[in-house]
Amino acid sequence: MSEHFDILVVGAGPAGIAAAVSAAAAGKRVGLVDDNPAPGGQIWRSGAHQPAAARRWLAKLDEAPVLRLQGFRVFDSPQQGTLRAESNSDCRDLCYEQLILATGARERFLPFPGWTLPNVMGAGGLDAMVRGGLPIAGKRVVIAGTGPLLLAVAAHLALRGAKVVAVGEQAPLRRFIPFAASLLGEPAKLLQGLSYGMATRGARFYTHCWPIAANGREKLESVTLQRNGKHWDVGCDYLACGYHLVPNLELPALLGCRIEKGFVAADNLQRTSVAGIFCAGEPTGIGGVDLALLEGQIAGLAAAGRTAEAEKLARHRRRRLGFVRALRDASALDQRLRELASDATLVCRCEDVPLGALREHANWRDAKLHTRCGMGPCQGRICGAAAEFLFGWSAASVQSSIRPPIFPAMVSSLGAQRIGICQNAGLTPAGTSTRSQKETL
Amino acid sequence: MPEPARSLVLKVNGVPLTVAPGTTVAAAIIMTGAPARSSVTGEPRGPLCGMGICFECRATIDGTPHQRSCQILCAEGMEVRTS
Repeated sequence: MSEHFDILVVGAGPAGIAAAVSAAAAGKRVGLVDDNPAPGGQIWRSGAHQPAAARRWLAKLDEAPVLRLQGFRVFDSPQQGTLRAESNSDCRDLCYEQLILATGARERFLPFPGWTLPNVMGAGGLDAMVRGGLPIAGKRVVIAGTGPLLLAVAAHLALRGAKVVAVGEQAPLRRFIPFAASLLGEPAKLLQGLSYGMATRGARFYTHCWPIAANGREKLESVTLQRNGKHWDVGCDYLACGYHLVPNLELPALLGCRIEKGFVAADNLQRTSVAGIFCAGEPTGIGGVDLALLEGQIAGLAAAGRTAEAEKLARHRRRRLGFVRALRDASALDQRLRELASDATLVCRCEDVPLGALREHANWRDAKLHTRCGMGPCQGRICGAAAEFLFGWSAASVQSSIRPPIFPAMVSSLGAQRIGICQNAGLTPAGTSTRSQKETL
Repeated sequence: MPEPARSLVLKVNGVPLTVAPGTTVAAAIIMTGAPARSSVTGEPRGPLCGMGICFECRATIDGTPHQRSCQILCAEGMEVRTS
């Protein structure tokens, strides 16, 4: 079964939603594909306490004539102008004239003893699980790692009744201060920070602090935190630990988009190095929701040929790039985080490969071939960023080993003669769809 | 007149569990207290990333294995098996 679009948007987080709405408003036939049950991506994941901006944009999406495929994961591009996506029960070819990649980011995980215990999760990971119905009221939570995500998660979990017993930010206070100062240029963010402060009252907030061990037999029972040479144990039910975000580059890399300094190279109109492919949001630089919304709108308008309107919005983007730089500098990782894992600590969770086995190899490719690190279902999405930090194996070497399928897929979806050639049948009159406006496929 | 659904019942490893609509299967598995899976060397594991990337949450749902349970909503009568 194949679908044909003027503009296909991959990813229904803030950037993708903004791109789809903007392109549809310009009269184009727009498709939006996303692997979660509902739109919103990570930061606007459905559940209680969605911010007002999320509700506004989701309402705009509901009203826009966008064809939406939720629960579909793109895993291949069998020919130019076509993406292949799979759900739990179905497989589709999605054909497009223009493509907007809004694949977002994922957390960086750094290994330490006990990090593989059940109930140790990412910071966004635990937040996602709670939004997905995991009971958290009355549970003791330690939040650690680095980045503004920690405070956002602490505030949200506290609002849901969790006992946030400690928040450990690895950055020292002196690095936090310039970051805090940059917030003054972004008054909305400053207010956000203050409301986090109120919501997390009662939680102990430490800078220059990180977990050196997660303890427990069958699951997490306590976390050992370290700060300035002292360490202490904190009893808890969950550890939410993530070290900032890394972009989801697999699909852009597969399609040949140039990657520079670990991000998709995009110009002021969000054009990548490949004609007809745009990229918006975190894959072009970790910059948060407001920048993602702006870049999504720019990409949607530019892809729809509304260049003048796109250029007008692009002027606002320059001002916001200061936040991206401030965030990157504030989240620089302490070198001592490299020393937490012992030789027995697993780095690759899919194939149970310990650090000691990886040390013997000169680069990511050799390590992969000899130990199977990165060859499991996650395809290096969890261990790759850790390996890069631990060994200096550059992002380029990690990305150079991209091959389809970029996610595990069913054998039936991988069949060569599948699904069908996209007809260049053209649009129905005036770019309208013969389907109803809000059809979910 | 039928009541609107305020909860639904599914089975995890044969044991019935009542959850609110909109609950993911991964959350349901954690609620039973059991690990989501065993690793290749037999370690107990639970969900890590919450977004369909780490595969620690994979479970057999209604007979189909390797489903990313963090991205699947519980449904009435669903049968979930962990490894």
